[in-house]
Amino acid sequence: MSGRVLVGVKRVIDYAVKIRVRPDKTGVVTDGVKHSMNPFCEIAVEEAVKLKEKKLIKEVVAVSCGPQQAQETIRTALAMGADRGIHVEVTGKDYDTLGPLQVSKILAALAKKEDAQLVILGKQAIDDDCNQTGQMTAALLDWPQGTFASEVSMEGDKVKVVREIDGGLETVKINIPAVVTADLRLNTPRYATLPNIMKAKKKKIANVKPADLGVDLTSRLEVLRVDEPPQRQAGMKVETVDDLVGKLKETGHI
Amino acid sequence: MTSNDRLLSDMANPLRAEVVRLYKNLLYLGREYPKGSVYFREHLKSAFMKNKDVTDPEKIKKLVARGDFVIKELEALYFLRKYRAMKKRYEPEK
Repeated sequence: MSGRVLVGVKRVIDYAVKIRVRPDKTGVVTDGVKHSMNPFCEIAVEEAVKLKEKKLIKEVVAVSCGPQQAQETIRTALAMGADRGIHVEVTGKDYDTLGPLQVSKILAALAKKEDAQLVILGKQAIDDDCNQTGQMTAALLDWPQGTFASEVSMEGDKVKVVREIDGGLETVKINIPAVVTADLRLNTPRYATLPNIMKAKKKKIANVKPADLGVDLTSRLEVLRVDEPPQRQAGMKVETVDDLVGKLKETGHI
Repeated sequence: MTSNDRLLSDMANPLRAEVVRLYKNLLYLGREYPKGSVYFREHLKSAFMKNKDVTDPEKIKKLVARGDFVIKELEALYFLRKYRAMKKRYEPEK
């Protein structure tokens, strides 16, 4: 067993930023907007680092796909304890259409190339909310998957994953190598403090092109339009119950 | 130069390095502060300036320890904010 874990991290618009739709309705405003690591990816990195600290695995490799700025996200992962990074360079139109299908092809290729034992990802990204990359990666690799993980433990050549599902928790035991996607309660990610960021500067980030991995980035999806959610209607105040009934009849609710 | 100034400007003084380290770390954390990094920086600076004339090494160590505690509190604040936002967005109301 290589003892190597691949963790995918995505650079997204920071969760606390108020999103604005571009006037041309083709997407959201990203220029000059604060970006950070997807919160579920942070949880994925933390889990991988925890496994290494428990000496259950040997090396954590952080991967991100995107333009130059994706390296910042990898640096954060390195500051949290990942050993090295891989930046898969995707820019321009390819980056605009980059989605779970393309990313999972890239991750599958890297998982094979790096002889990974585990691929840990966040369950979904807070920008597209696809919740597909982990599942697709497992399918492409023909590996078992433990998604929505709220607990992960290694048991010899298997991984025990407690999954958050509707109505409760499900425990599965899957063979290694496997893909795991992290849910909110899996762990508490450590903060990438300044001293850790400084130390992480010594760690290496390799540069790779999708073509080097034999991956075709052609998208099968086309974004037609992006709109803001409908504005919430302001509420109305009424004086009496009769007024309320009258208003409800007026607006056709009863 | 007074003896105080000599103490504080002596680069070999490890306490000075501690204080500078603390300031830099807090400043870095302040970038994510809910009320804005500018607000944070102003308050950070005035908090440090308030104690600029402290020379007793024991007092300085206590202040640095308090600063490290503030770092932990900020990290906890940031985590809770994010956790609550994620929970609210991704978990259906029961």
